[in-house]
Amino acid sequence: MDLHFGDSKPTDDERAAVDALLGPPESSWEGADRSDADLRWARGGREARDRRDLLLPGLHAINDRVGWISEGALDYLCRRLTVPPAEAYGVATFYSMFSVRPRPATVLHVCTDLACAAAGAAELCAGVESRLGPGSGVSVERSPCLGLCERAPAALVVRAGVPSSSARPALEDEAVQADSGGWGAAAPKVGNGKGRRGRLDPSAAPPRASRATAVVAPAAPDATVLAATAPETAPAEAPAAMAVPQAGQDNLVLLRRIGVVDPLSLDDYRAHGGYTALRRAFALGPAGVIREVTDSGLVGRGGAAFPTGRKWQATASQPDHPHYLVCNADESEPGTFKDRVVMEGDPYALVEAMTIAGYATGAHKGYLYLRGEYPRALDRLTHAIEQARARGLLGDDVLGQGYAFDIEIRRGAGAYICGEETALFNSIEGYRGEPRSKPPFPVEKGLFGKPTAENNVETLVNVLPILTMGAQAYAAIGTGRSTGPKLFCVSGSVDRPGIYELPFGATLGELLELAGVRERLRAVLLGGAAGGFVRPDELDIPLTFEGTREAGTTLGSGVVMAFDDTVPLPRLLLRIAEFFRDESCGQCVPCRVGTVRQEEALHRIAERTGAAAADDIALLREVGRAMRDASICGLGQTAWNAVESAIDRLGAYE
Amino acid sequence: MTVIPLGVPRRLLEFTIDGEPVRAPEGSTILDACRAAGKDVPTLCQGDTLTPKNACRVCVVEVEGSRTLVPACSRKAEPGMEVRTDTERARHSRKIVLELLASSVDLSTTPQVAEWIKEYEAKPDRFGPDAARLNEEPKIDNDLYVRDYDKCILCYKCVDACGDQWQNTFAISVAGRGFDARIAVEHDAPLTDSACVYCGNCIEVCPTGALSFKSEFDMRAAGTWDESAQTETTTVCAYCGVGCNLTLHVQDNEIVKVTSPHDNPVTHGNLCIKGRFGYQHVQNLD
Repeated sequence: MDLHFGDSKPTDDERAAVDALLGPPESSWEGADRSDADLRWARGGREARDRRDLLLPGLHAINDRVGWISEGALDYLCRRLTVPPAEAYGVATFYSMFSVRPRPATVLHVCTDLACAAAGAAELCAGVESRLGPGSGVSVERSPCLGLCERAPAALVVRAGVPSSSARPALEDEAVQADSGGWGAAAPKVGNGKGRRGRLDPSAAPPRASRATAVVAPAAPDATVLAATAPETAPAEAPAAMAVPQAGQDNLVLLRRIGVVDPLSLDDYRAHGGYTALRRAFALGPAGVIREVTDSGLVGRGGAAFPTGRKWQATASQPDHPHYLVCNADESEPGTFKDRVVMEGDPYALVEAMTIAGYATGAHKGYLYLRGEYPRALDRLTHAIEQARARGLLGDDVLGQGYAFDIEIRRGAGAYICGEETALFNSIEGYRGEPRSKPPFPVEKGLFGKPTAENNVETLVNVLPILTMGAQAYAAIGTGRSTGPKLFCVSGSVDRPGIYELPFGATLGELLELAGVRERLRAVLLGGAAGGFVRPDELDIPLTFEGTREAGTTLGSGVVMAFDDTVPLPRLLLRIAEFFRDESCGQCVPCRVGTVRQEEALHRIAERTGAAAADDIALLREVGRAMRDASICGLGQTAWNAVESAIDRLGAYE
Repeated sequence: MTVIPLGVPRRLLEFTIDGEPVRAPEGSTILDACRAAGKDVPTLCQGDTLTPKNACRVCVVEVEGSRTLVPACSRKAEPGMEVRTDTERARHSRKIVLELLASSVDLSTTPQVAEWIKEYEAKPDRFGPDAARLNEEPKIDNDLYVRDYDKCILCYKCVDACGDQWQNTFAISVAGRGFDARIAVEHDAPLTDSACVYCGNCIEVCPTGALSFKSEFDMRAAGTWDESAQTETTTVCAYCGVGCNLTLHVQDNEIVKVTSPHDNPVTHGNLCIKGRFGYQHVQNLD
């Protein structure tokens, strides 16, 4: 590989951002000034290229500091990592949170997806844009679902700047503040990161503002503008427990600690049953853990419902090493926010569950691929992992059992497709997040081409009750074929939106009753944008994998979004089509062009019904069928599901 | 005596294609077996010298037990597999893929595609006059070759040929996402500012003519390009001792482009800038 670099140079800021991640360059081959030694000694080869997986963290570092990725910055990062600039450019342009063109340091992501659209996202956008006006220094970007549907409409402010070393408001807010009085009260802290910056370059221009993020939900235009102009002083977010209407109830399994324990305190976690499952795992041994998980009947909660025990067994038995564990926390299905609430409210549970999964599958390294739009979950988990490491619950000798395991967090950067397991591997490895063709399956060739068990957050936290209560008792929850408790993300036209935990087998009607469904229900979207709509007269559908399948719909990731008859259905369908068009990675033709044609057809018939829409509906069916049959991955295969169900079940366009 | 390594003998796998029993060596793809059995399966992104990317999905076939259609070009044959190449379901997807491509990309220089569009009764016009197209202008930034991305079906072959599969130059990549994804060098710069070494190995694998010799591009623009009037002569490159094969395409006694035989065991169709573009001295009469 003979890399070619342009003449662009990084600014001091950009260089500092990259060096903060990678350390100072060791030779001119990596971008330092040329010394005599460099003339005699070439650095390269496999060793230099082995850090490719730091490309995405490097892009984040630049974007976090400056707000966009310049030619000079990208070139410098490529030099440091021995990555061809063309490939790095391909990666940087893949993610919606990065920009390769100059933009203001502050980006305001306003969610315009389903739940937020129904809650007035369009008015919010208009209000925010008119108040900010041109030259405000804030770039307003319309965003797909931010995973804050229980507090729609939602907005996320990201201001680039030097890293703030001081504790962020998000880490200071609630401990146990289930009542609403507590939030918004946290004292803001303005860290300008002077210390770090001074060390790097004392003579440079005036210090930049520190990096800050703020979540505004529910968002009113004035509060959003205020947060966008000064994110560090924005009121703290509502505690995670606010998203759990059942918080504190006795019968909860997965959510029992949320709103009860302090998510920052490892001691509190242990006082509430934390780390008993890991002790039991060590007592059972890896094979015993897999047996328990298999016997429990646990299947993946990310949407595909693959038996977890089988996946672990298949990974554990691979002769190739090392094995990896990957937790898929790239929760991006519109309407889904369960993983965020679990990670924010009970972060140690995920750390413990990942440790158990790693132990069972023979992995010593776990990657937690976390959605880029979840700043608080990132803080919470970073903190939890540090604490666990400090207490010997992660590291070379977990719990003194001679088992080494550690977890590294990798942030996504705005790409729904990276929730697809093989796209996620590519993303971690520093490539474009495009799905790979299967076979080979991840259990055989996954992350870095090695055997990998990849599980969703909710799937993993289910392992804790399986081990503490035993497979039999766990399997007794739910129905015969869908065992255990299930988290549902209820949003839309309900009085108490949030995450609900119910044993499998409860009906859709019971769940909606619990959430206080409002009058004049028109449709319920199950499973998110990749799921399907059902009618208000189908509320007796049992919420199990087999029950929804028999009813011709899907449980997906557990999204239950209710819409009343004030929401125009064609508008919703168009938003779903826009979502898939935006999020298609572009690799295969059926999805890349098919999602565009689908959106165009829905545009044409937005105001039409009956015979006037019939031709385009026929066209949609034909394209949809090919997308389902011939796309590489689940994104393209399901991109037509919701629209089809709206036409067939709801009689849209009739 | 030269010992020729024979490798481990490959087992023959038995399975069926369209109900007929076939045998294929272990490791072959469904496409290999289909071609050996004389079945016509269209392909666009598959290349004989590259690892299949299976991005175009025009080669999809039905395999018993598979929920979705499978790409024949990259799925390995397995014993007992029941493959059906010509079902209504497979033909439907091929038709739609052809329609989607033809309605968004200029396929005027893609060999065979017109036949397939006819065979599968594809009607690219039915997406209406407002259907989004790539709408790219040809990028003419050097004297050797032109990148006309209006003709690009994003098959990834040029990226693979430029990258770790052959050239290891990594001058180009796919940039952007979805329908806006395009082949580009870093920062969308002109080729002359990129890592490109002008080996032209991307042109060699391009299935649609999106990448073409400047000479071919100019002649097509002038309406003088006439493949039926061209001869192809395979010879040995005179520049260095490697001895790469060149195929000279000659029209009106002028070399109009240079390709290289893909079955050459040393070069597999790859050349360097000299072999690919350095032919002017042959016709320099002064």
